[in-house]
Amino acid sequence: MNIVVLIKQVPDTWSERKLSDGDKTLDRASSDAVLDEINERAVEEALKIKEAGDAEVTILTAGPDRATDAIRKALSMGADKAVHVNDEAIHGSDAIATAKVLAKAIGTVGDVDLVLAGNEATDGRSGAMAGMLGELLGWPSLTHANELTVENGTAKAKRETDEGTSDLEASLPAVVSVGEKINEPRYPSFKGIMAAKKKPVTTLGIADLGLDASEVGLAGSLVQVDSFAPRPPKSGGQKVEDEGDGGAKIAEYLVGQKLI
Amino acid sequence: MAVDRLLPTDEARALIELTREVADKELATRVDDHERGDGTYPEGLFRTLGETGLLGLPYPEEYGGGAQPYEVYLQVLEELAARWATVAVTTSVHGLACFPVATFGTEEQKQEWLPRMLAGELVGGYSLSEPHAGSDAAALRCRAEKDDDGDYRITGEKAWITHGGKADFYALFARTGEGSRGVTCFLAPGHTEGLTFGRPEEKMGLHAVPTTSATWDGGLLSADRRIGDEGQGLPIAFAALDSGRLGIAACAVGLAQAALDAAVDYANERQTFGKRIVDHQGLGFVLADMAAAVDSARATYLDAARRKDAGVPYSRQASVAKLVATDAAMKVTTDAVQVFGGAGYTRDFPVERYMREAKIMQIFEGTNQIQRLVISRHFAR
Repeated sequence: MNIVVLIKQVPDTWSERKLSDGDKTLDRASSDAVLDEINERAVEEALKIKEAGDAEVTILTAGPDRATDAIRKALSMGADKAVHVNDEAIHGSDAIATAKVLAKAIGTVGDVDLVLAGNEATDGRSGAMAGMLGELLGWPSLTHANELTVENGTAKAKRETDEGTSDLEASLPAVVSVGEKINEPRYPSFKGIMAAKKKPVTTLGIADLGLDASEVGLAGSLVQVDSFAPRPPKSGGQKVEDEGDGGAKIAEYLVGQKLI
Repeated sequence: MAVDRLLPTDEARALIELTREVADKELATRVDDHERGDGTYPEGLFRTLGETGLLGLPYPEEYGGGAQPYEVYLQVLEELAARWATVAVTTSVHGLACFPVATFGTEEQKQEWLPRMLAGELVGGYSLSEPHAGSDAAALRCRAEKDDDGDYRITGEKAWITHGGKADFYALFARTGEGSRGVTCFLAPGHTEGLTFGRPEEKMGLHAVPTTSATWDGGLLSADRRIGDEGQGLPIAFAALDSGRLGIAACAVGLAQAALDAAVDYANERQTFGKRIVDHQGLGFVLADMAAAVDSARATYLDAARRKDAGVPYSRQASVAKLVATDAAMKVTTDAVQVFGGAGYTRDFPVERYMREAKIMQIFEGTNQIQRLVISRHFAR
């Protein structure tokens, strides 16, 4: 089986995240960059399929030079090889333009059976990539999977929502996005880190994908950031004196917020 | 704040990064749960460390080790100790327990045991001390009697075994003859008929991993479990301890670094007399002395490690490192409690634990008095 795992390098959620004043895109220099945690779960799921049977796991990312660190991390966990789409023209792409790039890049990997992704990145949070890719590739997309089994040419996923649980099933090839609860990702091993250095990473520009600069980047995007403002600082909140009726007052507040 | 380390290779940098990730997620999050009260054993943790490759770092790749120089391995131990001293000490002891097979074992013995030991599938303890033979190891009495098949029957009492009762194997030293040339080293399985462990000691710190005595009542060890020659035991034990005490020096520095970091954080928050206590010179100088002690202790163990890596004698430097680093840890952790004031004396903050953990570092793997003895012997002409 041929599995592609989409990964994304994101600003560390613990560091201050900013947009740049110029073109209103992510200011990558202002924060530490890490492999998005949800991607580690997607990689783990691919590795589990590989260990249960036979699969080749290819990591795919679109990102600048330093995204190689995120690729190395995924390779050190045990993936076999990687494709890195690195082109200045992609800078500023919205979700749809990014999906176009990734769909073309998936096409370079050969006969792909399964594309795995996280359900939502911690930076852009569009949560739409798996659906968009399914559309562009003409494949079914099973999103927000908290359980996944792949056998006999079929992917079965369990999706949990506030309303209930859905059992999803699709024939391969398919796109699956995974949720937080799907697994606990392994740590890379020291040997895995050493081995990752020797694994092949193919670097592609958009020309290699048959795309034109006008189709991607800020120019090729339907969505552009018009203005932005930092989140206002937390206000002091509401203080309630407990005069023996503290419990009731807390309940009143929660009811007011429609939390209970 | 992460220690700014000068590391020799990209490989080492990646290893330290991995260690910090694992230590932050697996050690720092669990340490309080397992160290509180009498302590609970962190089931599965050493398996995880083994899977990530952290339990075989200073040993050759061909047996599954990480082939790292001591200079790098010790800094990994330091990072572990800064989160959880017990785990770092137990990791160091595991390395000590692997030493006899890795260094004095036959090719067959290495092939048979080392890969599982270095992968952490088998975690080891070290069993040299006895109730009346601690610093004076040559006074040990536990006997190994050879039977007609060439196997050995072990009879006697052992003491102060880190990981006792939990480890999968022990580097065991027992007497096959008289005098200092009458001790022999064995690789004893953790579960052997005739081997029982005492009730875990009630310790001042390092609560999460038991320290026990052991009673050998005629337990049988097959001939292939003898490491080295009969009578070679004490030289093996002391060679292991030379490298083992470097491990303890690194653990002590990690502990001291953690105490310094906690004290610096607190001194930047706590206000007295209208300013942060870090801005009071009297307190700032305490922090400066703590930092100087941590840095100099680290430099001392790194010097000894580089000598070992270069293949030149390092026994004296290892003893200096153990002495300097553990005394520094005692002083720095005590001062950290002082920086915290009354709060530092409570279990709401980690510094009282650091102070309790530092004390044992001055005692085990050769008391600091023994280190002085080792050092001063180098001066006798």
